[in-house]
Amino acid sequence: MRRLLYLLPVAVFAVLALFFLRGLSLNPRDLPSVLIDRPVPEMALPPLPGRGPDTGLATADLKGRVSLVNIFGSWCIACVQEHPFLMRIKQSGAVPIHGIDWRDDPAEGAKWLKKNGDPYERVGADPAPGRAAIDFGVTGAPETFIVDKAGIIRYKHIGPVTREAWDKTLLPIIRELETK
Amino acid sequence: MIAEIGHFALVLALAVACVQAVVPLVGAERGERAWMDLAGPAAVAQLVLVGIAFAALTHAYVTSDFSLLNVAQNSHTDKPMLYKVSGVWGNHEGSLLLWITILALFGAAVTAFGGNLPPTLKARALAVQALITVGFLAFILFTSNPFERLDPPPMNGSGLNPLLQDPGLAFHPPFLYLGYVGFSMAFSFAIAALIEGKVDAAWARWVRPWTLAAWVFLTLGIALGSWWAYYELGWGGWWYWDPVENASFMPWLAGTALLHSAVVVEKRDALKSWTILLAIVTFGLSLLGTFLVRSGVITSVHAFASDPTRGVFILMLLVVAIGGSFMLYAVRAPALKTGGLFAPISREGALLLNNVLMATGAGTVLLGTLYPLFADALSLGKVSVGPPFFNSVFVPLMVPMVLAMGMGPLVSWKRGDLAGALARVKLAMAAALAAAIATWVMQGGSAGPWWAAGGIGLAVWLLLGTLTEIAERVRLFRAPLGDSMRRAANLPRAAWGMTLAHGGLAVLIAGMTASSAWKAESVQTMTIGETVTVAGYAFTLKAVRDVDGPNYLATEGTFEVAKDGKVFALVTPEKRTYRQPPRPTTEAAIVGTFLGDVYAVIGDAVPEGGWVTRLYFNPLVPWMWVGCLIMVAGGLVSLSDRRHRIGAPTRARAAAAQAAKA
Repeated sequence: MRRLLYLLPVAVFAVLALFFLRGLSLNPRDLPSVLIDRPVPEMALPPLPGRGPDTGLATADLKGRVSLVNIFGSWCIACVQEHPFLMRIKQSGAVPIHGIDWRDDPAEGAKWLKKNGDPYERVGADPAPGRAAIDFGVTGAPETFIVDKAGIIRYKHIGPVTREAWDKTLLPIIRELETK
Repeated sequence: MIAEIGHFALVLALAVACVQAVVPLVGAERGERAWMDLAGPAAVAQLVLVGIAFAALTHAYVTSDFSLLNVAQNSHTDKPMLYKVSGVWGNHEGSLLLWITILALFGAAVTAFGGNLPPTLKARALAVQALITVGFLAFILFTSNPFERLDPPPMNGSGLNPLLQDPGLAFHPPFLYLGYVGFSMAFSFAIAALIEGKVDAAWARWVRPWTLAAWVFLTLGIALGSWWAYYELGWGGWWYWDPVENASFMPWLAGTALLHSAVVVEKRDALKSWTILLAIVTFGLSLLGTFLVRSGVITSVHAFASDPTRGVFILMLLVVAIGGSFMLYAVRAPALKTGGLFAPISREGALLLNNVLMATGAGTVLLGTLYPLFADALSLGKVSVGPPFFNSVFVPLMVPMVLAMGMGPLVSWKRGDLAGALARVKLAMAAALAAAIATWVMQGGSAGPWWAAGGIGLAVWLLLGTLTEIAERVRLFRAPLGDSMRRAANLPRAAWGMTLAHGGLAVLIAGMTASSAWKAESVQTMTIGETVTVAGYAFTLKAVRDVDGPNYLATEGTFEVAKDGKVFALVTPEKRTYRQPPRPTTEAAIVGTFLGDVYAVIGDAVPEGGWVTRLYFNPLVPWMWVGCLIMVAGGLVSLSDRRHRIGAPTRARAAAAQAAKA
C-alpha cells in the first residue's frame, strides 16, 4: 500500500502528459460558436434614436435573404478599425448588413454611427448587460455572423472583418448560401 | 563566419554533454575514479562552448547581422544598444540559448565549488545535469536553431516587440531563468541521491544554498515582471493570473516549500523522501512553464510563436525528464531510511504545514492554469479561468499559512510547546487585531471590501511575530542592551535571513491588500487646463506635445499634480507608437510616495478635442516592490551564512557553527 503511494506522482504526471499530448492538436484560440447551424435566437431589439421608427432588429428580419449581423459598440476600439471596410461592403451591395449595438448607450451608438458612417440596414440596440448578443454566442466585439435565408446562423467571424478574411472566407460562404 | 562558429560550438557542446551524461554515471556505479572525475572538466568545457555560442549570437545582434534569420526577425538598426543585447533573449531561440548558457554556468559552478562533495554524488549530479543539457541542446539544434542563415539578407530587421523594449523586461528573463535553471541543481542532486539511495544532512547542506540562490533569482525575476506589467501595460494592475505568470509562480511556490523542507532534512534528518519529491516537482514545474509558453497549448498574452513540432519535442523532454524521475522516485524512495520523529506541534510540524499549504497552493494554480486545456480536451467546451477563481481558492489557502508563519519559528524542534509559543506572541496577536479593527474603521466599515481589514491584520501579525522571534533570540529588553547587541551580532546570518524574508512578505502582503482594496481610478476625456481629482490628488493637464524618440513617435502629456493646493509633482506620461514594428505602447508616469503611487496614463486624442486620460492612486504599491526586495535581501543574507557558503562547510566547521548557535 505504501509503495502505491510512491507511484502516485508518476501516475498523476502520466495523466497530465496525456492531456498535453491531446492539447498539442487543439487550438485554444479557435473558439467555435455554439450556435453555428442553429436558428437565430428570439429577439426584438428597439432601433437606435434618430434612425427611423422601423429600423430595429428582430428575429423575423433575418429571414428571406442571406445577411450579415455585425456586433459593434461605440466603446469598441477595433470596431473603428473595422468600420471603413463595412462601409465598402455596403457600397458593393454584396450583402445587407445588420448591426447590434452591444452593451452601449443607444444614444452614444447613434452618435458614433453619425460620425463614422452607417453601413447598416437595421440596427438593434442591446444595452448592458447585452442579453441578445450573448444569446448569439458573442464573446467580444467586433464579431460578424452570416445568417442564411432560413434565418440560420452559418458562420461566425471573430475580430474585425479584413479584406483578406472577406475575400477568402466570408464572401465565398455568402455566395454559396445564396445559391441554395 | 562568427555565426557558424557559434553553431559549431553548440554541436560540440552536445557531444561533450553526451559524454558527460554517460561516463561519470557508469564510473560512479563501478567505482572508477578517473571516469567520475571526467564530469568536472566536461562541465567546464560545456560552459566554454555554450558561452562561445551565446557570444556569437550576441555579436550578431550587436552588429545587426541580418543575414541571420533570428536577428532579422527580432532586431532593427534603430534599436538602442540595451535592447539589441536584450533582444538576444527576447525570442524563442535566443531565450533557449540563454537557458542553456545558465545551465552550463551552474554545471561549471558545481565543479568550481564542489571540491569537498562526495565524488560519487558529484559525478552523478553532474551527469544528470548533462542529461538535461543534452535534451535542451538537441531541442535547440533540431527545432530552434538561432544561427539559421537568411539569403538574401533583408536591408533591416522587423524589430523587437516594443512592449519588450523596456529596462524592466530586459532583465526579467535572465533572472527568471537563473531561478528556473537554478532549481535544476536541486533536481540533479535529488536524482543523484535517489541513485545512491542515500539522503542525509550533508546532502541537504549541499542542496540548500543552490535552492536558495535559485529562489532569490526567481523572486527577483517575478517581481521584475510584475513591476513591468504594472508600469508598462498602463492599467495599474500588477498580477493578472495569466498562464505565463502562473508558470513562473508555481515553481516559486514549490521552491519555497523545498527550501523549508530541506531545512528539516538538514537539522532533523526527517522528511527526506518528501524533500526529494519536492525537488523533482519544483524543476518539473519550471520545465512545464517552458512547455506551456512555447507549445501553444494554453492561450496567453506572452506566448512565443508556437510550433507543433517544438511542442512535441518539449513534451517528450518533459516526459523523459519528469516522468523518468518520478519512476525512479517510485522505485527508490521507499527504500530511503526515515530519520527523526517529531510531534505534530513542533518546528518540523510547522514546516510540514507550510509545505502542505505551499504544495496545495501550487496545485490549485496548476489546476486553474490547465483547466481550459482539460475542458477542451474532454470536449466540455471552451472556458477561461481568471482572477476570480484564483483569488477565491488560492488566497484562502495562504491565510492559514501566514497565520502559522507568524509563530512557526517560535516553536521548538521535535516537540514544541504551543501554549508557550502562544503566550510569546500575545502582543503580536493583540496588535494584529487592533490593526484589523483600525483598518475597518478607517475605510469606513463596509464602505471598503471586508477582506482588507483581514489582510492588513495578517501583515501586522506576520511582521510582529517575526520580530518577536528575533527579539526572543537576542533577549531584547530582558538582558542589558549591550548583551542583546552582542547576541544579535553572533546570530547566524541564516537567522537574520529568515527574519528579513518573513518580514518582507509581511510588507508585501500589506502592499497587495491595500492596492487591491483601495485603488482609486478615474477615466475621462480631458482638455488642456482641465483638472480631475483622484484620491485627493488634483491632476491638471498642462500641455500635450509630440516627442520624437530614437525608434518611436510619442504623444507626451504633462500633468501638474497638486495635493492640498500645493503643487506636488509634474509628470509626463507618453503614448508611443513604435516605427518597427509599428505598435503602440503606453508609458505610465508614476510618482511613488510612502502611501502609494500617483499614476497617470495618456491615451488617444478624441476628435471632439481633448485626450483620453486614466488617472490612478494605487495605495501602498511601492510596499510590494520593497517587500520583494527585502525578501531577496533575506535570501542573500542567508546565502552569505558561512554554513551555506558554497563549498565552505567541512564537518568540523559546521559542527562549530552549530555549537556557536546553541
